[in-house]
Amino acid sequence: MANAAAPGLPRFSVEVYQNPHLPEGGREVNAIVTVTAAPDATAVPAAAPDGRAAVVVMVDCSGSMDYPPAKMRNARDATAAAVDALRDGVSFAVVAGTHQAREVYPGGGRLAVADAVTRGQAKEALRKLSPGGGTAIGTWLRLADRLLDGSGAAIRHGILLTDGRNEHEEPDALRATLDACSGRFTCDARGVGIDWEVKEVKGIASALLGTADIVADPAGLAADFTRIMETVMGKEVGDVALRLWTPQDAEVAFVKQVAPTVEDLTDRREEAGPRAGDYPTGAWGDESRDYHVCVRVPAAPVGREMLAARASLVVPAPAGAPPQVLAQGLVRAVWTDDLTASTALNPQVAHYTGQAELAHAIQQGLDLRKAGDVDGATAKLGRAVQLASRSGHEDTAKLLAKVVDVVDAAKGTVRLKAKVSEEAEMTLETRSTKTVRVRK
Amino acid sequence: MSQLPPQLTVCPACHEPLEPADNFCGGCGTDLSAVPSAPGAARPAGGPRRAGTPPARGADDHRAAPRSGAVPGQPAHGTGPGTPCAACRSGMIDNDGYCENCGHAQPRERDHMEHESAGVAAVSDRGLRHHRNEDAFATSTAALPDGSPAVVAVVSDGVSSAARPDEASAAACAAARDTLVTGLAGGTDPREATRRAVVSAAEAVAALAGPAAEAREHTPYRQENAPACTIVSAVVTGDLLTVGWVGDSRAYWVPDDRGTQPARLTEDDSWAAQMVAAGLMSEAEAYADERAHAITGWLGADAYEVEPHTASYHPDRPGVVVVCTDGLWNYAESAEQMAAVVPPDARSRPLECARRLLAHALDGGGHDNVTVAVLPFPTRPEGAGSA
Repeated sequence: MANAAAPGLPRFSVEVYQNPHLPEGGREVNAIVTVTAAPDATAVPAAAPDGRAAVVVMVDCSGSMDYPPAKMRNARDATAAAVDALRDGVSFAVVAGTHQAREVYPGGGRLAVADAVTRGQAKEALRKLSPGGGTAIGTWLRLADRLLDGSGAAIRHGILLTDGRNEHEEPDALRATLDACSGRFTCDARGVGIDWEVKEVKGIASALLGTADIVADPAGLAADFTRIMETVMGKEVGDVALRLWTPQDAEVAFVKQVAPTVEDLTDRREEAGPRAGDYPTGAWGDESRDYHVCVRVPAAPVGREMLAARASLVVPAPAGAPPQVLAQGLVRAVWTDDLTASTALNPQVAHYTGQAELAHAIQQGLDLRKAGDVDGATAKLGRAVQLASRSGHEDTAKLLAKVVDVVDAAKGTVRLKAKVSEEAEMTLETRSTKTVRVRK
Repeated sequence: MSQLPPQLTVCPACHEPLEPADNFCGGCGTDLSAVPSAPGAARPAGGPRRAGTPPARGADDHRAAPRSGAVPGQPAHGTGPGTPCAACRSGMIDNDGYCENCGHAQPRERDHMEHESAGVAAVSDRGLRHHRNEDAFATSTAALPDGSPAVVAVVSDGVSSAARPDEASAAACAAARDTLVTGLAGGTDPREATRRAVVSAAEAVAALAGPAAEAREHTPYRQENAPACTIVSAVVTGDLLTVGWVGDSRAYWVPDDRGTQPARLTEDDSWAAQMVAAGLMSEAEAYADERAHAITGWLGADAYEVEPHTASYHPDRPGVVVVCTDGLWNYAESAEQMAAVVPPDARSRPLECARRLLAHALDGGGHDNVTVAVLPFPTRPEGAGSA
């Protein structure tokens, strides 16, 4: 479908998978919109100093990081590894987080520009990090926001590491901070050990369009931080939005990112002119994501064709100019009295409907299990095993098998394990929203 | 359609003045029935444009070749970007051919086409239930080696269950028409020219599948049927009428003198026809079966060996030849029924006749695309076509 190239930007392309046929009176149109960003082959590789990106690393330095002491040491090493992965020219800062936020490097409300000297200084400063104090993640994020905002960089990213619950701040305060920071920078969140709250860490990553994961063994932190930083360094364009135009009297029932993870974007719409709304997608490197778009259109007579949605990728242009459209695809509705056509399920739509249900079933199953509802948990996790098996989602199937004994994966018959490690349960919950793409 | 269109005085797309009975704009071809109804306004549904209005866009666009009618490609919508929407009248048309307000697709060029030239007229219409027109026609007037005229009409119906049926029918018509004109001008016997025309049409349609058919072997999950279509042609040369066909598109003979017998000139390659021919079912039983319209012969890469059927007739009296797709003959199956719809002055006003036949199909429900070509017999002298 459509694609556009702009200097310095990756080449975006949009593909739409759907069955456009609706029965007489049908109103609901479902489509999977696949967005792929590929490096601009004509561009010079970004070996030159890169002033477009700014990164703030937030390291939990609360008292609990001292138990065991290796945790703080591993966090320091991981942050050092992340600093080493910074490309020359990228602006960066390190923040120590407790019940308050403190600039560790470079300080003075500024960011440093990465080069051999500043990387060395930053690692030196990390040695002074010591645990002590509480946890108020909102303060860390607000400081990161101030630092990143001053950078003027197009790609603004945070990396947040925590090992405990957000105990020294009301949940509402964190919520308000996330609302304030949403759209201003993106942030990956990691929980180290097993004493943190999955929903908190996932909530941060979700609100700030980043990834969430568990690093149960602190020894694995350095490798994980290096990977995160490499991904951030690969981002080429920030503040990209999925813009949906829908016709008069139509409504967007939902918009979900469905690959690589499930993320409901429906409520994050910002109006963008008549009948159009923008859904934030954050920064893009060389990657591909899928979105499930569901639109309810006014019914039209058999034989009619309508544009149910125009999906485009837009990036803000400097100084009030209209946003630049990077690529677009069309979601159509065609009314027919051919039942074979209107009842056919598009394989992509069916697949991702299943993946979204899988993520939901895992979350529900774990919640019910915690609440002591054995039957309910067994039913939901059984359904999850069935969906994971059917869609070939092996990673999730393996994680599920650590929480339930699988009797018959195809039928979804399972028994709850009597003893489940905290780590296994947290890993499953954290990664429940990861999806696999359609097998071809 | 469930709603009665409002009374429009000018075309919402191009502001051309309209007659009360117009269903399509005479200026730009916009489907006026696509305009939603306004309170208290009504006008009769169905029926083609009235006489006297200028030719529709389908014909208009082919003025460069006044002696040949043909079918344009389908992807482009008939109404250009920046013009108002024919459906809601408040939005403008975007570059993809949809209204930026209500999202409705705009009428495409092939939604309704008309063509008239010396000795032949043709009309093709999307109908009321299909979202695009997968039928096509092509007409031409050629000169035989002795200088006498030869009139050619080809009609094709794209197979909906196959890929790109609209491209198949257009390719078949163009190839058959060109082969016929070349052959007749070179002195080939009309029946042999017809046979070759059907073969060349089959090759043209098979060629559409080319790369896709190879790709299919490597990507078995992508189930794309090769483009396919039917074909029927009629050629009038002197006192000879020659028809050729594959599939279930038909040709009828309707004499001026309705006291004499009209006739169907083609035998369908269809399940129903085979059942009747084999004596397994009565005609009524066969056509009532849901498999009745399954065709047993077609043009396309996946067709078994294409066997062009041809037949020649020496009509002994004046009349018209009606060449059509099943979108018409479903509403006038027998030769008698078809003759009853053909107006008495069909031979002098073939375009009016074609429009009348289309109106008959639309009034009957318009469940399929409708295409019909009308050839007066014998061919009247050049330039004597109706206005």
